[in-house]
Amino acid sequence: MENKLLVSYSPHIHDDSASVQRIMLDVILALLPAVLFSFYLFGIGAIIVTVVAVASAVLWEWLIAKYLLKRQPQIWDLSAALTGLLLAMNVPSNLPVWMILVGTLIAIGVGKMSFGGLGQNIFNPALVGRVFMLISFPVAMTSWPIPLKSRMHYLDAVTGATPLGVIKEGVRNGEKISDLMHQIPSHMQMFYGIMGGSLGEMAALLLILGGIYLLIRKVITWHIPVSIIGTVFLFGGLLWLMNPEKYPDPLFQILTGGVMLGAIFMATDYVSSPMTPIGKLIFGFFIGILVVIIREWGAYPEGVSFAILIMNAFVPLIDKYTKPRVFGTKKMKKQN
Amino acid sequence: MNPIIIAVVVLAIVGIVAGLILYYVAEKFKVEEDPRIDQVEEVLPGANCGGCGYPGCRQFAEALTRTDTLEGYFCPVGGNDVMARVAEILGLEAVEKEKQLAVVRCAGSYEFRPVTNEYDGPANCAMEHALYSGHTECQYGCLGHGDCVAACEFDAIYMDPVTNLPVVVEEKCTACGACVEACPRDIIELRPVGKKSRRVYVACVNEDKGGLTAKACKVGCIGCGNCEKACEFDAITIENNLSYIDPAKCRLCRACAPVCPTESIWELNFPVRRAIPSNKVKPKKKPTA
Amino acid sequence: MSEYKLLTFPKGGVHPPENKLTADLAIERFPLPSKVYIHLQQHIGVPAQILVKPKDRVRTGQLLAQAQGFVSANIHSSVTGTVFKIDEIYDASGYRKTAIVITPEPEDEWVEGIDTSDDLKADIGQFSSQEIIQKVKDAGIVGMGGATFPTHVKLSIPDGKKCDILIINGVECEPYLTSDHRLMLEKTEEILVGTRLLMKALNVDRAVIGIEANKPDAIGKMTEAAKKYEGITVQALKVKYPQGGEKQLIKAITGREVPSGGLPIDIGAVVQNVGTTFAVYEAVMKNKPLIERIVTITGKDLDHRGNFRVRIGTMVKDIIDYVGGLPEGTGKVVLGGPMMGKATKTLEVPVGKGTSGILLMRREETKRKKVLPCIHCARCVTACPQGLEPYLIMSLAERGIWDKAEEAHAQDCIMCGSCSYVCPSNRPLQDYTQFARNTVMSIMRARKKK
Repeated sequence: MENKLLVSYSPHIHDDSASVQRIMLDVILALLPAVLFSFYLFGIGAIIVTVVAVASAVLWEWLIAKYLLKRQPQIWDLSAALTGLLLAMNVPSNLPVWMILVGTLIAIGVGKMSFGGLGQNIFNPALVGRVFMLISFPVAMTSWPIPLKSRMHYLDAVTGATPLGVIKEGVRNGEKISDLMHQIPSHMQMFYGIMGGSLGEMAALLLILGGIYLLIRKVITWHIPVSIIGTVFLFGGLLWLMNPEKYPDPLFQILTGGVMLGAIFMATDYVSSPMTPIGKLIFGFFIGILVVIIREWGAYPEGVSFAILIMNAFVPLIDKYTKPRVFGTKKMKKQN
Repeated sequence: MNPIIIAVVVLAIVGIVAGLILYYVAEKFKVEEDPRIDQVEEVLPGANCGGCGYPGCRQFAEALTRTDTLEGYFCPVGGNDVMARVAEILGLEAVEKEKQLAVVRCAGSYEFRPVTNEYDGPANCAMEHALYSGHTECQYGCLGHGDCVAACEFDAIYMDPVTNLPVVVEEKCTACGACVEACPRDIIELRPVGKKSRRVYVACVNEDKGGLTAKACKVGCIGCGNCEKACEFDAITIENNLSYIDPAKCRLCRACAPVCPTESIWELNFPVRRAIPSNKVKPKKKPTA
Repeated sequence: MSEYKLLTFPKGGVHPPENKLTADLAIERFPLPSKVYIHLQQHIGVPAQILVKPKDRVRTGQLLAQAQGFVSANIHSSVTGTVFKIDEIYDASGYRKTAIVITPEPEDEWVEGIDTSDDLKADIGQFSSQEIIQKVKDAGIVGMGGATFPTHVKLSIPDGKKCDILIINGVECEPYLTSDHRLMLEKTEEILVGTRLLMKALNVDRAVIGIEANKPDAIGKMTEAAKKYEGITVQALKVKYPQGGEKQLIKAITGREVPSGGLPIDIGAVVQNVGTTFAVYEAVMKNKPLIERIVTITGKDLDHRGNFRVRIGTMVKDIIDYVGGLPEGTGKVVLGGPMMGKATKTLEVPVGKGTSGILLMRREETKRKKVLPCIHCARCVTACPQGLEPYLIMSLAERGIWDKAEEAHAQDCIMCGSCSYVCPSNRPLQDYTQFARNTVMSIMRARKKK
């Protein structure tokens, strides 16, 4: 076949600067500063959790594709590795290995492959895994090692509460926010990432840097991150203005927990987010609203995962109603 | 009172009330249907293949109950038996039809039909056909992506991995016509099964002039007319440089096949001839799986 | 480029590498081949009816075949010589179509009345609108950007419609191609005369020549030359593919949108390619029928690239042999540009009226990569200048759900290929969308007939 002329439909050239593999690699690269920083903060535990999560996610993908679905495994598109990494970013650094294995199995097996693999899943696989773990292992998933304290410890790391947890607990006990504020790190510390929480929730600064990289590489658009963070800020701010002693200030809302990680890396997952700019804004807006609602009135101190998963389910609906306008349809404005 | 008992009683009452409402609604809004539709549908094969021209068996059954004659209505899958039972239910005269089978009228495996191009698009015959004349010199022959296989509801056609041509499984083929419809090159034809399942047909649809056909494919019909002359029953006609054997007139005498210089006339399910025609080895016996 | 205000269409578009390797090469005359093969159908519509028979001697510019019906175009002899035979010759799709094969004599003997000099004739005063359209029709001119729609049909405005702007398409947004660019540089005045003829034929007082900003020399030259004439302006356009698509160009220049399923004339615009405009000039002012055109012959591995003035009917094979033969590793020969051109099945295809370029592509440059699942990245949706959702149309076409494909406006696809170009999963989006477009359109036509 070597000297035969090729025949195909047009176009005869293709933009090779973006491939699935390259996109996944870009996201991983964008996450890397935050990952390394979490190694610095949490030491050996963070390294174990990350390595195990990535390796097991890839392994599950390979096994399921090869032996259950009987098809060529596609692990080199790096999507499974990314799912593993994102899952690692969403758990505490003292999580036992077996729990991580269960988490990645659920993420890949249930969250992704059961729908038919890459591109078919309705929900963000990493979040499916994470929420499954949160519900199944509530204690392990909410005991947060204190940063910098026990870098050489893994399972036996010294744990504490997250800022969100402190506030939630305090408000529930009728304490005032102003009294609670000195129990948690300052806003600047949170911005740089010195606080309790899961691996990837730490440094807002580094996550934003990663986000900027993704924007420059045109992997994501600004719509989802801005609308989520903006909505959380505005809605949280509104509540704060109404009662600053019951609701924390809006900066606190966006700097703590998974808002940054969720807005920049989780909600922007292509497969489970809307297609059009308007759809993305609607998607982000409702995620923001849900995050604040769950945080302030829900049972859990943090609600980013739930908010994104809930909105994932609405993506087909959003897509259906935010189709782009077809050229030459509908009335145009007055012609010049 | 024990709260469990209360719960049971309440649920039971709710259940009874809801059941009554459902019964009432079902009775009130019942759609009157011809009961024969169900009966007819019962005897139909239920494959929903569309071979009758209706989207599914149910729609066909509805159409049957509305018609006054069975002329023009036929279920190729169920055949005469099913149509006879349908006629019985509806009290109409059954119309008999000869059983048919799909035959593939292209024998151009790559051995005989050299590949000229590499098609670099979706593996879909309809799309390749819409784009250009195909990856061989022959602009009429099989493209080999298996649109017919995808269309078949009965697993009655498959692609031969060696010849890259479709093969009809006679036992499974119901002559529903889905493959005929699916083939963009009109290669597949429904032909009567014939006595003892014996059939003679031209396995080529190339309408080019003889020279061009011969250049494109070694087993293509060049329209030489030998077969037409050999046929004593006027069953063979040459049109557009292509021979066609009319199954209604063909008496299966097999006079035509040996005179074909390109061996494009196929004989199915006949006993082996005593003297094999002199010219080279042929791709003649189609595997019948 | 700060002096220009760059216009463009608002939605979608891509930026393929331009690769205009032949932009600085002046137009060369391609030598007469040993045989020419002139198809009877080099236009959209009915094939022309043949007027000659084998062994007839024909002169350059002689009518070989007469247009049949309204949407059809005359075919003229591009050489002087003897009709060798009338045969079935491949077109780019690999189907054989009737063509007249002529053995040329070394010297051209032109039909009398044809002015073959290079002198500029600029006095258009004596021609009426009808005369211009008749001459365009007689000369067999079709849209030379590739669409090959008969030009006289486009110039005959249907009753009840009114044209108020003529747009000359000098965008040439396809990568590699430079034939229009060279023409604008070398035949600037002629194109302007052609523009004035078209304005007169259409009875409009405003014409805009749209040129992409990557051709500053052409913009400069055309702007300078257009100053003499009232009503003709040159508009620079942003470099973005498919800027030269008819609908996108009208939108960029006038802000109007051709309605879905409609024609440019519905919003008072007519678009003509600069090549066509030049042909109109030659037909009306010089009585010269359309027998040759500028063809860009290009490819990364080709030494003797260039812009050639080629006689219609010259075999692609003869042209490739002339420029040094097919380079090793050539995977595809494309007639036209890499985004919308047609990959030819064989080199034994003659150049037709719509062949704007011959592009030789390396195998590794053009061979498609493994198709991966759709990851819903929405790049195709963002890239589509028509506001379609190619991923959706593809999945509908795969399953043959044509009614839904029609609801998804598959019929509004302009086949620019932007969707396939950007897809990170290498999905054949354009293949399916184009297939869906054609299927839906034939379903719509059948429905209309009923």
